[in-house]
Amino acid sequence: MSDLSNQSPLGQAVKRKEDYRFLTGGGRYTDDIKLDNQAIGYFLRSPHAHARIKGYKIDAAKAAPGVLGVFTGSDIKAAGIGGLPCGWLITDVNNQPMKEPPHPVLAIDKVRYVGDQVALIVAETLEQAKNAAALIEVDYEVLPAVVKGPDALKPGAPQVHDAAAPNNTSYVWQLGDKAATDAAMAKAHHVTRLEFDNNRLVPNAIEPRSAIAHFDRANDQYTLYVSNQNPHVERLLMTAFVLGLPEHKVRVIAPDVGGGFGSKIYLYAEETAMVFFSKQVNRPIKWTSERTEEFLAIAHGRDHHSVAELGLDKDGNFLALRVRTNANLGAYLSTFGSAVPTILYATLLAGQYKTPAIHAEVTAVFTNTAPVDAYRGAGRPEATYLIERIVETAAREMKIHPAELRRRNFITSFPYQTPVALQYDTGNYAASLDKCLSMADVEGYPARKAATEKKGLLRGIGYSCYIEACGIAPSRVAGALGARAGLFEVGQIRVHPTGKVTVFTGTHSHGQGHETTFAQVVADRLGIGMADIEVVHGDTDRIPFGMGTYGSRSLAVGGTAIVKAVDKIVAKGKKIAAHLLEAADTDIEFKDGKFSVAGTDKSLPFAQVALTAYVPHNYPLETLEPGLDETAFFDPANFTFPAGCYICEVEVDPETGHTRIDKFTAVDDFGNIVNPMIVEGQVHGGLAQGIGQALLEGCIYDVETGQLLTASFMDYAMPRADDLPTFQVGTTCTPCTVNPLGVKGCGEAGAIGSPPAVINAITDALGVREIAMPATPQRVWQTLQQNRA
Amino acid sequence: MSSVDLTLRVNGKAVTAKIESQTSLVELLRETLRLTGTHVGCDTAQCGACTVLVNGRAVKACNMLALQARGMEITTIEGLASTSGEMHPMQAAFKECHGLQCGYCTPGMVMSACELAGRVKNPSDTEIREALDGNICRCTGYQNIVKSVQMGLAAMTK
Repeated sequence: MSDLSNQSPLGQAVKRKEDYRFLTGGGRYTDDIKLDNQAIGYFLRSPHAHARIKGYKIDAAKAAPGVLGVFTGSDIKAAGIGGLPCGWLITDVNNQPMKEPPHPVLAIDKVRYVGDQVALIVAETLEQAKNAAALIEVDYEVLPAVVKGPDALKPGAPQVHDAAAPNNTSYVWQLGDKAATDAAMAKAHHVTRLEFDNNRLVPNAIEPRSAIAHFDRANDQYTLYVSNQNPHVERLLMTAFVLGLPEHKVRVIAPDVGGGFGSKIYLYAEETAMVFFSKQVNRPIKWTSERTEEFLAIAHGRDHHSVAELGLDKDGNFLALRVRTNANLGAYLSTFGSAVPTILYATLLAGQYKTPAIHAEVTAVFTNTAPVDAYRGAGRPEATYLIERIVETAAREMKIHPAELRRRNFITSFPYQTPVALQYDTGNYAASLDKCLSMADVEGYPARKAATEKKGLLRGIGYSCYIEACGIAPSRVAGALGARAGLFEVGQIRVHPTGKVTVFTGTHSHGQGHETTFAQVVADRLGIGMADIEVVHGDTDRIPFGMGTYGSRSLAVGGTAIVKAVDKIVAKGKKIAAHLLEAADTDIEFKDGKFSVAGTDKSLPFAQVALTAYVPHNYPLETLEPGLDETAFFDPANFTFPAGCYICEVEVDPETGHTRIDKFTAVDDFGNIVNPMIVEGQVHGGLAQGIGQALLEGCIYDVETGQLLTASFMDYAMPRADDLPTFQVGTTCTPCTVNPLGVKGCGEAGAIGSPPAVINAITDALGVREIAMPATPQRVWQTLQQNRA
Repeated sequence: MSSVDLTLRVNGKAVTAKIESQTSLVELLRETLRLTGTHVGCDTAQCGACTVLVNGRAVKACNMLALQARGMEITTIEGLASTSGEMHPMQAAFKECHGLQCGYCTPGMVMSACELAGRVKNPSDTEIREALDGNICRCTGYQNIVKSVQMGLAAMTK
C-alpha cells in the first residue's frame, strides 16, 4: 500500500497508522502519565468473602509517614454518596423491577466478596500507602459465603444483600412463548437435554486498570485519566448518578488503553472514589491495579448454569427450544450486569435456525464473588454455546450429520423475525457453512482420523454455526428493553483551511485500529490521502459526545456517524463550489476529491473549497456560514447480525488427556469489510479467547471460604503462543442493510463461535456426550477413565 | 531502606541514578528514567510485558533488581529504532504483519523476538511459539506475531 493517491483505501489491508507509536515505546497508557505533585492511591480490600464491618481503627494509618488521607465507607456515607448505578433495568416475570441493592463506592457495613474495596489510602509513595494500609484495623464479623449461582437459591443460603434482595435474587425474567414451547416440546419425536455450566472467566487485558484523578482548584475542574472504553459514559454515570458533580466540570480522558474486552466499559468504584477524594486531598491521585487485584476486583464474565431442551420432529426439524438459566451476577450489579444474561443472551437463542417456539427463563442471583458483566461476546457466547452444543448432541443422537442437521434448520429468507424479539435483516448461513466445509477439508477427515489413530491418539471434529447481534444499538429498542441510556454514536469532521481533516469519534480504540479504519472510510468518501486524516478519540473535552466501544459497534454505529458527518461536509462543500463555479448547487458533483459542474470540465479540488470556507472573501455569506466542520449523531434502526461457521479438529492424547487443536477453520459473514487485515486480526484474537475458555481458562472460588483460588497468571491459564494453532479464516458477505457502509462488526465473533466447536470436537474424539469447560488435560483424562470404567 | 548510586548503560548511553536498594529494574526504567515503553502487566514474571534486553539476554524487568543491572547494558523498546526514527527490522515486521493490536504487550514481545535472533537460525513456527511462551498477548491470538517474528528474524539476519 505504498501509493493510495489514486485508489480508494476502502477494502484494502492498509497498515495501521497507530503502530509506529506502539512499536517504538511511544504509546501513552494511563500509568505512563505522571502529573506534577502526584500522590499514590492504594485500596485496602476485603480478605473475606462475606463479613459484617463492626468498626475501623484508622488513626495509626492516618499518622503513618507520607500519608495524605485515609477514607472508608464511613466517609462515603457521611458525604451522602449513593451507590454505583446499573445501566439496564430488567423487569421480572411479575412485572416488577429487578432488585438493585446499593453498590457502595467503598464498603458500608458489609463486605460481599474477597477484594471488595474497604478503604482508599493516599500517600506520597505506593510503599507508604501499603504500609499505612497494613495499620488499618477492620473489625470483621465473618459470615458464611455463597459463590455458585445455583447454591444461592438453596434454602438457608447466606443472604448477600439480606432484605434488599431476598433469596439472593435480582430477577426472574423470561422471553418467548412458554405455552407454545411447552406444547411443541410435548409433540416432539425426540428431545435432547443438556445441563451444563458456562465457566466464569477473567478478562485479563494485559494493561491492568489504572486511573489518575486530579482536581484543579483554580479552575474548579476535575480531570480523570482512566483506562476505559467509553469516557463519556464514564463521566455521565459518575457525575449524574453517583457524585452529583457538574458534568461540564469533569473531563475524562481515556488515552491509549491496553485492551478492554468489555472489562473497561464500566464505572468502577476505584476511580469514583479517587475523583471524589481528589478534591479533599488536593493532589492528583494515581492508582494502578496489580494483577492479583485485577483478578479480584475487575468485572468477570459468563458464569451461567443452564438446562436446555431441544425438541425435534422425526426428520430433525427443530420444533422447540426450552432454556432455564441461572446467571451469577456476583456480589453487585455492575454497569451492564443485568443486561448480559437477558437482552444480550436470550434474544440470540434462535441462533441461525427457524425454531418456531423458544422460551427462556433466567434467574439472576447475587453471590459472594466479583461482579459479572460483559466480557467479549457478552451473553452471545453463552447463547451460542447452548445452541451449538445441543444441536450437535441432537445430531449425534438422531444419527444425522451435524452439518446436515444445521442446514435443514437454517433460516433462509430475510428479514426474519425470531420468536425471541430480534429481526435478522440479512444473512446466508449455508454459504458460510459450505465455504467452511470446503476450507476445512471435511472430506479428508476420515483419512486424518485414521492417521491420528495410527499414532495411538484420538481425533474429533466439531462444528459451530453462530449468530450475534452487534452494532449496539437502536436506542428506541434498547430503551423499550430497559436500557437507561441511548446507544447512538457521534462523529465530527473538522476540515482545516488547508484541506486536512481531523475526525473526532465517540468510540474508543483499544486495539481495534480505529485510527486506520475510520481514516480509510473518510479517505474514500473525501478522496483525500490517509496521511491527511487524523482520528481523535478518548477525551470528553475534545469529542462532542460518544457511547464508546463494545458490542462490535464501532464501525457499524460510530463509522456511520462519521459517514453522516462527511455527507454534511460534502453537501456544504457543494454549495461553496457552486458559488465559486457559478453553477447551481444541484449541478455540482463530488468525486475523487473534486467538486465539478456536471457535464463540464470545470472543477475545484477539495482543499480549495476548504480554504474558501475559512477565507470567505468570495463566498455566499448571506445564505451560508463560513467554516467546514460538521457533527452527526447516528442511531441505527436495527442491530447488525454477523454470523458464521467454525469447524475445529482436535487430537487428544489418551495417556495425558492433552488436547491439541490440529485444525481450526473460521468463516464469517461480517458484511462489507473496510480493512481485511484488521478484521482477520480481530477474528484471531476472538478465537484465542474462545479457545481459552474451552481449554484453559476457569475462574474458581473456594465454595467454603469464597476465596479466589485463581488470582494470578500462575493459577489461571491464559492462552499462550504454543497453546494455539494456526487458524484458517475466510469470509462470506451479505452486506448489512441498516447502515450505509453495509458493515456488521467483527470484534466478538471468534470468542462467540469457537467454544462449542472445540467442545464438540473433544466430545467427538472421546466418544462422550458431555465434558465441562475448560476441558483441561486432567478433566479429559478423568472423563476417559470414567468412560472406560 | 537506603539510597544507593547506580551506574549502568541504557540504550547505549551511560546512566547514573540514585535509587532505593529494593527498586526493580522496571521501576528504574519507568519511574526514574521515564522510559515508559516498557510495560507492567503482572507482578509474577508471567506476562512478559516488561521484557528488556540485559547484556543481550531477554529479561523480565519486574523480576530483577535495578542494582543487579549495575554496569550492564540495557536495551528497551525505545532503543531499537535508529536515531532518525527508522524502525528496527523487527518493529517494521510487526507493523507489516499486524502483529499487534492494543500495543501493551508489544514492547516485551518485540524484545523477546529480538533476543531470538541471537539464539536460533530460521526457527520453525513451533519453535517461535515455544520461544514466546513467556509473553502473553490477549489481543492477537499470536498468529500474526509468529509471522512478524519470522519476517523480522529474516530481515535481521540478511
